[in-house]
Amino acid sequence: MGNHSPKVALFITCIGDQFFPQVGECAVRILRRAGAEVSFNPAQTCCGQPAFNTGYREEARDVALRMLDLFDDADYVVAPSGSCTTMVRVFYPELFAGDPALLRKVERLRERFFEFSEFLVKIMKAEDLGASFPHRVAYHDSCHLYRELGIETEPRKLLRAVKGIELVELQDHRLCCGFGGTFAVKYPEVSVGMAQDKVRAAAEVGAEYLVANDAGCLMHVAGYIHRNGLPLKTLHLAELLEKHE
Amino acid sequence: MSDIGVQSEAIHERAREAMQDAHLQEAYRSSTLRLYTHRLKAIGEVPGFEQLRERGRELKREVMDHLDHYLGQFADNVERQGGKVHWARTADEACALVKGIIQSAGAHELVKAKSMVGEEIELNHALEAAGIRAVETDLGELIVQLSGERPAHIVAPAMHKTRHDVSDLFERKLHSEATEDPERLTAIARRTLREMFAKAGVGMSGANFAVAETGSIVVIENEGNIRFCTTAPRVHVVLVGIEKIIPRLADLGVFLRLLGRSGTGQKLTSYTSILTGPRRPGEDGPEEMHVVVIDNGRIATLADEKMREVLYCIRCGACLNACPVFRKIGGHAYGWVYSGPIGALVTPQLAGLDRARELPFASSLCGACREVCPVKINIPDLLLYLRGQVQERFPSPRPAGSPVSERRGIRLWAWVMKKPWAFSLGGFLARLGFRFLPTSRRGGERAWVTKFPFPPLSNWTSGRDFPAPDPVPFRERWKRISH
Repeated sequence: MGNHSPKVALFITCIGDQFFPQVGECAVRILRRAGAEVSFNPAQTCCGQPAFNTGYREEARDVALRMLDLFDDADYVVAPSGSCTTMVRVFYPELFAGDPALLRKVERLRERFFEFSEFLVKIMKAEDLGASFPHRVAYHDSCHLYRELGIETEPRKLLRAVKGIELVELQDHRLCCGFGGTFAVKYPEVSVGMAQDKVRAAAEVGAEYLVANDAGCLMHVAGYIHRNGLPLKTLHLAELLEKHE
Repeated sequence: MSDIGVQSEAIHERAREAMQDAHLQEAYRSSTLRLYTHRLKAIGEVPGFEQLRERGRELKREVMDHLDHYLGQFADNVERQGGKVHWARTADEACALVKGIIQSAGAHELVKAKSMVGEEIELNHALEAAGIRAVETDLGELIVQLSGERPAHIVAPAMHKTRHDVSDLFERKLHSEATEDPERLTAIARRTLREMFAKAGVGMSGANFAVAETGSIVVIENEGNIRFCTTAPRVHVVLVGIEKIIPRLADLGVFLRLLGRSGTGQKLTSYTSILTGPRRPGEDGPEEMHVVVIDNGRIATLADEKMREVLYCIRCGACLNACPVFRKIGGHAYGWVYSGPIGALVTPQLAGLDRARELPFASSLCGACREVCPVKINIPDLLLYLRGQVQERFPSPRPAGSPVSERRGIRLWAWVMKKPWAFSLGGFLARLGFRFLPTSRRGGERAWVTKFPFPPLSNWTSGRDFPAPDPVPFRERWKRISH
């Protein structure tokens, strides 16, 4: 990078914007601390995944099309979500297949689009961001992040650098939490049953906190925890990296 | 559940029932986990298992790209070896052909080895209607036949049954003594089956692979019953789906190494039989060998370039064991003979998407299936593709209690997402609206909605709470922190 601070556009995601804005604030502070110049384009809304996930490709394309032009002046686009990053990097080429002009735009966006932990470790070469959090924490590999993007070591590197943290692995840490986008409302009993397994796995290793990089998984698991009054707490990785306890 | 016809539309009710059955939950949980763990251990012992998967996939692609050639070669070689080839376009044709073969052999009883395509064409029912008694000789298949069910799993048909269930069943149907000792249960089944092997005039098997180069049928098993079915009776009938072809005998090594390890975590199953034609003079074996080659929707799948990959499947069942949804709802919920992630692809192809339109949605798209597939079928991608097909081809459902159809809801959502002002306004209105919904805080800062009045979010709050929107969205907060 030399002396030049990379210009990073934040893609906050629709869920992040409306439900977990504090995650965005934490991400901005951390990205700045890592040396990035952060911008936010308020014209952004959603990547289109809810429609794509449910089979409404035309509507997904309509929404996704806007994304292609929103971040032209940034060196990188960073999203605090493995799933939305997957939508852009993995599914946009499929969504726009057959349109070479749009595919060129997709390509230009894809090569600059990174998930939050991936960007910090791979691009900014930052691992220790100065956080301290003396708690027992389990990390949940969200499916898109791990299986579609292959990101599993980056979040763990960031977590291991946190002072005082006791990082524990869940039994079968790659098992889906049951969110799955519209799956959560199409097969609610199964979805909730899977959340129950995840929470149980966290209890088995005595975790106080369950950390993940996707708001979707977190609102699903946290919703189950809240309904049942369980002691486990959830955090987005960006929130944890802003803890100074 | 009854074992006739496609009942995939009932997946929601069946899934719900399965989720409430603790006994069933434990049976599926422990069995899938055992097979999943055995597979992991077995593939860890093979250097270059990844390359083996690639090779398996390449071979399957080669066959599917030139299926006419390989099928022709296979048929010619079966006939050259003294076998007889029959072609069946549909399930009914296949059943009629088998019935004809049994009747011309003058037989009234048939011993059957496990065959998924046999389940698919519902052969036992067709034969029963013609007064022919078919007896399943695979222990798991015998169990589901006696209980009037379909296989719960591609490889382990009686996965949903515990020892206790089997003891009860044998007591009722075979009038045996009550015992939960697996060895004694097996001995009871063996006693019953030995009698059948001795008197049945026709034996039937499926085929794990059909070798084009030699006209051979390859079957693998652990119980030895397939050896009996294919050698003891005077006539051997083979049911083989057209996707079972492999080019050369030399390719068998690739698939045997993949199949045993992926399915049950075995290096090789106890028996591997390569059957090439009926008996030669001076040898043992059946006098006649009939090979029924079945399409039943496979050629239509071949014609769809995207879905063609489904025909690569070697029916190992690994994707079922890895699937968190299958582990919860079990095989019967899928409503037909093929279950789990691969079933959600195969059933729409073979039975018609119209009768199986709920299946592609029965997945969280987590990708665990793709990770274990021995021929690397991109299952989540194909499920997404089928979801697209469902929305294109069929009227959009309107969930009970919903103000609008799903499609109208998604269109409204898309319209809002295309306009940042509408998105902000939507957020504002949602904040207002949420004030009228029942919430709970449990001492935390955030309010959680406990009950939504209509779908889709009423489905969310049926089992968990939904977060109220944050009072200040990020786009407002940014104004303070943008510098």
